[in-house]
Amino acid sequence: MNGRSVVMRRGLAASVALLLIFLAAWQWGPGLLGVPSFIVPSLSMVAVEFVHAWQVNHLLFHTSVTIAEVMAGFALGSLLGAVVGYLLGMSPTAEFALSPYILALQIAPKVAFAPLFILWMGFTVYPKILVAILIVFFPVMVNVLTAVRNVDPDLINLARSFKATRAQIFWKIEFPTSMPPMFAGLRIGSTLAVIGVVVGELVGGNMGLGYLLTFGEGQANTPMVFVSIVMLTAVGGLAYLAVIIVERHILHYLPARGVRGDF
Amino acid sequence: MSGSPISDVRRLEYRNVTMRFAPTRGRDVLTAVRGVSFSVRDGEVVSLIGPSGCGKSTLLSIGSGLTAPSEGEACVDGARLEGPNAEVALMLQKDLLLPWRTVAENVMLGVEIQGMPLPERKQRAQELLSNFNLAEFSNHYPHQLSGGMRQRVALARTLAVDPHVLLLDEPFSAVDAQTRIVLQRELAQTLQRAGKTALLITHDLAEAVTLSDRVLVMSRRPGTIIDEITIDMPQRDNPIARRHDPKVNDYVARLMDRLDIAHASLDQVPAGDAA
Repeated sequence: MNGRSVVMRRGLAASVALLLIFLAAWQWGPGLLGVPSFIVPSLSMVAVEFVHAWQVNHLLFHTSVTIAEVMAGFALGSLLGAVVGYLLGMSPTAEFALSPYILALQIAPKVAFAPLFILWMGFTVYPKILVAILIVFFPVMVNVLTAVRNVDPDLINLARSFKATRAQIFWKIEFPTSMPPMFAGLRIGSTLAVIGVVVGELVGGNMGLGYLLTFGEGQANTPMVFVSIVMLTAVGGLAYLAVIIVERHILHYLPARGVRGDF
Repeated sequence: MSGSPISDVRRLEYRNVTMRFAPTRGRDVLTAVRGVSFSVRDGEVVSLIGPSGCGKSTLLSIGSGLTAPSEGEACVDGARLEGPNAEVALMLQKDLLLPWRTVAENVMLGVEIQGMPLPERKQRAQELLSNFNLAEFSNHYPHQLSGGMRQRVALARTLAVDPHVLLLDEPFSAVDAQTRIVLQRELAQTLQRAGKTALLITHDLAEAVTLSDRVLVMSRRPGTIIDEITIDMPQRDNPIARRHDPKVNDYVARLMDRLDIAHASLDQVPAGDAA
């Protein structure tokens, strides 16, 4: 325990030091290297722009829209991915029949569908959510499918020897077994959901951080672009953190992982 | 006999059981066991020994109702098995504890599936865990236990459904030698106290002799029963005392002879069991 806490303390100190170096380089680096501020604005310029965007450009509103879209896309996409993963996992025939099409859809770059969805649904939040659903679907589905496929057959036989029904085998054995891999998929999905939503917002609409980003670009307002990027990173981080918190709660029975933890 | 009351009721019976597996890549039809007939009487402990791949595990799987034989039939209490039976419980070499369940919840798995109400199954789990000196660990998770403790929890889970017949597939082969001796004694006492019937697969000849009333010897694949040895020793509930009896060596020598271990070469032993 002691060795571990020493490693953690040192690691934390190094992390904070790296952050300070990064922020200092951002503040003074462009000036020292002669980079004009419309290419890379300094940290303080971005901070000033942040306050301005908050007061004038409804930064909070746009951030909330993006968060809502990410949450909706992530929730629906992972639910759909999990359900399809379980169904395909339990039916080898269905998996065999559908796998080429699933693979094709997986290979197709999902963000390329964004303009199409906007043609279909207009400048609303729905095309953004739809892109997020599509992009979150695959990592969750693949992980659940693999997990269900890899359940120890002896565990299934144990349950069967107690005369378990198909539903009991699913809820008592297969579903809990698939939890750790499913959370691995959800973690990936949580960050991908932000990408899906942003691409949708970039392509069209007048709401969300993606819109703010293109708005800033149109005005050659580089600090606003930076503010949008920082906020998007924060949204992605929050989504990831939310998954980790739920995961720690649900997978509490797993032995403590090493110092490196979950990140 | 062993001093334990063994009635003539046949709890578990194999009638002319043959098991064939469908051909896989480059292999012909595999006959795992051929024409096996034997029965285990009420309260009797019978061990099944034989070379790897001789179909011992297949027989156990058939006895549990998880696998249907190609020919012949397995009967429990005189009735032909058509699927898993509530009177038969299976325990394997792997403890198969569910990592997300506490020790007590793992013990309750079988009775929970069978629909026993929660207060009753909690009580049963506590009783069994006390019997195995595990009461203080009932809220621990499996990963917090040693291999021997995990195997005890698995045994408690098997007993929780109160089966007439226990099918044990090398239950102690994954634990260290000293733990194994302790677990063997616990199993022997439990079987004796509860009057359970058991069919035990083992590679450990001394284990077969010290724990059983009878030992059945199987041949190489296709497995048939080539010998039946009645263990004429007292104290079946005390394998440690039995180990001190010089008769054990005679029985083990006879089993080695029947298994032809002195002349067997490793290439005749397949890597894994067929079932």
